Amino acid sequence: MQRLSLAGLAVLLHVLWADRREIIGPRLRDGAITLGILHRLEDLPVGWSDTAQEAAQYRVVPRADSARFGHVTGPLSWKRWLFLPEEVLFRAVRDDQDGGFTLSATPTAPLRAFLGVRGCDLAAIAIQDRIFAHDPAYCARREATLIIAINCLEPGGTCFCASMETGPQARGAFDLRLTEWLDAGTPSYLVESGSAAGRKLLARLPIEACTPEDQARVEQALAQAATRMGRQLDTGGLAERLAARPGHRHWQQVAARCLSCANCTLVCPTCFCSTIEDRTDLSGTTAERVRRWDSCFDLEHSYIVGGNVRADPAARYRQWLLHKLAYWHTQFGTSGCTGCGRCITWCPVGIDLTVEAAAVAGSEA
Amino acid sequence: MNAARNTARNPSRPRLAVFKFASCDGCQLSLLDCEDELLAVCEAVEIAYFPEASSAMQPGPYDIVLVEGSITTAHDRERIRRVRRSARRLVTIGACATSGGIQALRNFRDVAEFAHLVYARPEYLDTLAESTPIAAHVPVDHELRGCPIDQRQLLALLDALLRGRRPSIPSAAVCTECKRAGQVCVTVAQGTPCLGPVTQAGCGALCPGFARGCYGCFGPKEAPNTDALAVKLGELGLDPPAVRRFWHTFNAGAGAFRRAGGG
Ligand code: SF4
Ligand code: SF4
Ligand code: SF4
Ligand code: SF4
Repeated sequence: MQRLSLAGLAVLLHVLWADRREIIGPRLRDGAITLGILHRLEDLPVGWSDTAQEAAQYRVVPRADSARFGHVTGPLSWKRWLFLPEEVLFRAVRDDQDGGFTLSATPTAPLRAFLGVRGCDLAAIAIQDRIFAHDPAYCARREATLIIAINCLEPGGTCFCASMETGPQARGAFDLRLTEWLDAGTPSYLVESGSAAGRKLLARLPIEACTPEDQARVEQALAQAATRMGRQLDTGGLAERLAARPGHRHWQQVAARCLSCANCTLVCPTCFCSTIEDRTDLSGTTAERVRRWDSCFDLEHSYIVGGNVRADPAARYRQWLLHKLAYWHTQFGTSGCTGCGRCITWCPVGIDLTVEAAAVAGSEA
Repeated sequence: MNAARNTARNPSRPRLAVFKFASCDGCQLSLLDCEDELLAVCEAVEIAYFPEASSAMQPGPYDIVLVEGSITTAHDRERIRRVRRSARRLVTIGACATSGGIQALRNFRDVAEFAHLVYARPEYLDTLAESTPIAAHVPVDHELRGCPIDQRQLLALLDALLRGRRPSIPSAAVCTECKRAGQVCVTVAQGTPCLGPVTQAGCGALCPGFARGCYGCFGPKEAPNTDALAVKLGELGLDPPAVRRFWHTFNAGAGAFRRAGGG
């Protein structure tokens, strides 16, 4: 572990820009700490926090210090730069002479760095890496992306990564990992590398030595953070109990409040459903196939020969919860939930996955 | 030109007609507003009847008929039947045609009383008690919602019909477009009332993109849970009369919104 001063953080960004990488990171926009392209160092949300999240409640408030990463997960997740909200899978243009057509070339993936990926989101990227392992465009984008993770010392009100074992320490496939440390309100960064690319990057930064005490302090702060999660989910035997109770009355109780608006699935960093649409232009010369985010809350998503298999909103909510917390284990060998809390915060009516899952798991019927 | 070649290949272009009933013309204007694509539209179809745009008013039958406006008079109630008979495909465009429009607010009141207040000689008026959508009178093949309709949706619909594809018209919530666009939810982040969760997508989540709540101009989505959203609107500070007024605007005549507003 080494240390990077605030000036050192600036060097990190400049090195990435010099390498012609687009930096995606936290930015204050429209009353939220969202993710977007960072053009200047000052684009980071200096002295802002959004940790006081609750079900259907999100507010940005000023902090007493000048932390750059003193927030948690916001409305956007990194998936929109890897699994795009809308992507042209191919475009065909009719040839002028012979009635054939030419496929347009696939665009090359831009060089990028994700700055400030938290433990839950690192786990989510790992999950989507497995899902899209055979999607060449996804893999190309992923390949071109450097990941700079950040440890969470101040969990948010809807966070439960400790329950899902994905945080608050960022673990897994990062290139660099930072911990923001505040001394008298001024941040510096403890930094570790997690890959060959990360080590090379680190070698170009003005790093300072870091004492065993620094290291111990970080470990202690992380252990403390794990006890300060806004939400909890008891995962012991959860998948089995949920899957065994398709007729539980709580599904109908949730459905009475659920808007089937799909917000939960679209903010979820692991949800991967999509729909395909073919488009042509009016002159009949160009055709394209587009893939876009879809959701199990969308009626058409479950339309098959003979009708719709999930017309009832209760069935749609059950599908979402069971897929995340039960079927995902069978399908991919992990939970589909990383505990990021987004679906709780961004559900307009505050339906809370941790509460609903506990209600179904907690009683027989 | 590719488009010209396409026309040459298909000299008998599909015939398009646009009919207007009780409405403000805004939806028809969306077609004229297409600017860049207007030429391509004119090359792809023969505009056989479109009084707003040209003097050519040829008789039917037509391959595609766009209908704007609601039915508010006995005369129009008969006219829409004739229009339907002349149409191979009939597409209703806009809130008036698909739900009765803003003028359906009269469905909850006494029309004679309104007429009395507004007109000096109400006896000259010949109007029905209710403003009703086209589908209440004749079968409709496809619906484009909105006040006004969305241009891209209109072009995509024409394109799909011309190529023999089923037009893709989502029945999901405005929220799906809001999230794909990466917008920050105005309800959660600002406490602004928004009808997006029960309103059908199609506009591209226009209003939340300008930090405003959706006011439901695309009408109800499939299975809209208006009761649950009404509770939320109350929590956001709207009193019961304000909640009722929120439902009763451009789509007051659409079943779910009509009931939610107490009509
Ligand atoms: S759980 Fe909430 S966010 Fe998800 S569909 Fe239902 S109302 Fe929408
Ligand atoms: S299910 Fe909810 S808490 Fe879990 S990863 Fe998805 S959005 Fe986050
Ligand atoms: S702003 Fe409105 S449309 Fe957008 S996600 Fe929130 S509730 Fe849905
Ligand atoms: S957001 Fe709602 S009110 Fe605004 S244009 Fe779209 S449907 Fe109409």
